[in-house]
Amino acid sequence: MSQLLSITGLSAGTEDKPILHDIDLTIGAGETHVLMGPNGAGKSTLGHVIMGDPAYQVTSGTIAFDGQDLTEKGADKRSLAGIFLSYQAPVEVPGVPLYSFLRTICQMRPELKTTARKFRQRVAEVSEQLEIDDSFLTRELNVGFSGGEKKKIEMLQLLLLRPKLAILDETDSGLDVDALSVVSRAVEAYRADCDGALLMITHNTRILERLTVDETHVMVHGNLVESGPASLIDEIDEHGFGRFEGALGEKSEA
Amino acid sequence: MADIKDTTAGLGASQPASTEPRVDEKGRSVVDDVNRSLYDFTKSEEGYERYADGLTPEIVRAISAKKSEPEWMLEMRLKALETYHEMEMPANWGPSIDGLDLNNISTFVSPKAKQARDWNDVPDDIKDTFERLGIPQAERESLAGVGAQYDSEIVYHNMREEVAKYGVVYTTIEDALLDPEWEPVVREYFGTLIPMLDHKFAALHYAVWSGGSFVYVPKGVTVEYPLQSYFRLNAQGAGQFEHTLIIVDEGADLHFIEGCSAPKYYDANLHAGAVELFVKDGARLRYSTIENWSKNMFNLNTKRARVASDARMEWVSGSFGSHVSYLYPTTILKGDRSTCDFTGITFAGATQDLDTGCKVVLSGADTTASVETKSISKDGGLNTFRSSIVVGRHAERARATVSCQSLMLDDISRSDTIPAMDVRCATAQVGHEATIGRISDDTILYLMSRGCSEAEARSMVVNGFANPVSKELPLEYAVEMNNLIKLEMEGAIG
Repeated sequence: MSQLLSITGLSAGTEDKPILHDIDLTIGAGETHVLMGPNGAGKSTLGHVIMGDPAYQVTSGTIAFDGQDLTEKGADKRSLAGIFLSYQAPVEVPGVPLYSFLRTICQMRPELKTTARKFRQRVAEVSEQLEIDDSFLTRELNVGFSGGEKKKIEMLQLLLLRPKLAILDETDSGLDVDALSVVSRAVEAYRADCDGALLMITHNTRILERLTVDETHVMVHGNLVESGPASLIDEIDEHGFGRFEGALGEKSEA
Repeated sequence: MADIKDTTAGLGASQPASTEPRVDEKGRSVVDDVNRSLYDFTKSEEGYERYADGLTPEIVRAISAKKSEPEWMLEMRLKALETYHEMEMPANWGPSIDGLDLNNISTFVSPKAKQARDWNDVPDDIKDTFERLGIPQAERESLAGVGAQYDSEIVYHNMREEVAKYGVVYTTIEDALLDPEWEPVVREYFGTLIPMLDHKFAALHYAVWSGGSFVYVPKGVTVEYPLQSYFRLNAQGAGQFEHTLIIVDEGADLHFIEGCSAPKYYDANLHAGAVELFVKDGARLRYSTIENWSKNMFNLNTKRARVASDARMEWVSGSFGSHVSYLYPTTILKGDRSTCDFTGITFAGATQDLDTGCKVVLSGADTTASVETKSISKDGGLNTFRSSIVVGRHAERARATVSCQSLMLDDISRSDTIPAMDVRCATAQVGHEATIGRISDDTILYLMSRGCSEAEARSMVVNGFANPVSKELPLEYAVEMNNLIKLEMEGAIG
């Protein structure tokens, strides 16, 4: 399968602190990958670095996506190229109505440009699927939304933007059962409708039950220490990350 | 009824602009010596007292004569002129007005300095703005005060005819003064809310005022759509020292929109208008303004409203442009249960020092005032927000809330909030809150990761910040305000 995302020898961090060390990761078009690891391992950082968050500097390595080198590109260019990041804590943007925001971000993409009427229909469709009440669409973007509502709005954007790669940064964390089921439905819909690739950053294996996982990666202290089949998830579920932390010790000693 | 052309009582409006405009080395219009007659008094030394700034009683007399004003108005002008010369410059308690060229005031009031008469005279940045706002050429010329402005006059004419059916009077102060029915009304109200002794520029205003609007809405009449002074100001080439006098009689309802949202360009750099608003028992007046002066302008404008029992005053005020602004619309809640709502936004960019705010005097019982303002500063722009809430001794149970939010777009800009409260009634409640913020990196990242460029992301946030004010504006003004913000923001990113 052709590689959609190829990360080679990537090291990155904040100005005063290296976080990611020599990461190699490839994701093929339409594949589902899971990134696991203990708290503070650098999983979210990797998501942000792939998205192009200027808070982190890439000190070495490259990020190629869909045949383009994106290492030096801004988040906007990466988004337009087809990368989507669902944030752990989506920001609130006062005074910007959700609907007009959605319209704006879709209209700026030639492949999604459509008439106002068709767009309205599409939004109504997806909103219904995600159990988002119409009244949310006229509210200000994320302002005063609960954690679960914000995640649903992230999923709404995901399904409207139809990216080639979606990185879901703990989208499932802190959700009640109902919200969790909406989010997993959204992820399934994304897989089915858009045939998009997924990088799921999660602690929670529940959301993975209904997905066919192609590959699982384990991150410890900013290193990708192991990649393997879906069965790794069960192993982690049972035994935790102890073994991998040990593996890192061996790796750094080696 | 007088022909509409004849009602353009602005100074020299009927004079043909036959001479080519010229500018001196400082970029100011050179006033032609040959064709000047009526206003050319400063040249003659004999018999006239010469003031340093060249503004003489004879010029004032000439303005008055040109308008065929009643004697009392001339006397008022002359008294104001005296007052103007006697009064000291206001102490520098706000932005510096050092660059203000007071020596040029006699030229400001001359007809030739009013507005650019040739499209070539309009500064490039303003031409660009028109172009980028997508305003058609004909309208651009009219907005810049160039051209025949025929369309504007038609619109104004239609508006007048339409509201006249309900007994609403919408005309110039000059015309009202010539009308035996309305002259006594103007006389009763004119200059009573903003006295000439208020400050030096109020005195100047009363000495040389020209143009502006007179509106009277009879008892119980609701004017269905907003009256816009926009058309008239352009039609007359007025706007430098214009006087607005609005009387909304008992139980009546009016929305008045002042100015226009496109940059107004004048050779002269001083704007000292006066707005006097009288809201009678149970009436409502909404007064919306988007002021967007060219960036050499000293905008020293005075606006005041007096609100009677059970009446309501609403202000929506947007201040863009100008080099320096001193602008604090004042509301006097005289009657019991009267209310005031003030919504304002100020945008200060490079070279701008805008001192704006709002004053509310609550003197009636059970009066309420709500003030919500926003300020945006970028590229070293300075914003100062002053609020003054005065609660009188008899204002039992009066309530006032003031909220001021400031957004700074970089580290070189500045935003200050100076709230003042003078509460003399124990049962009154007054609250104030102020927040100053910046656009967070997280917000920019969030919007960029959905495809917006950095400039788009910033302008989205700023427009969102301004949204509560845009929402209060009629649609076309809201759109233009958003466009103005977008233009300013694009400028910021380069």
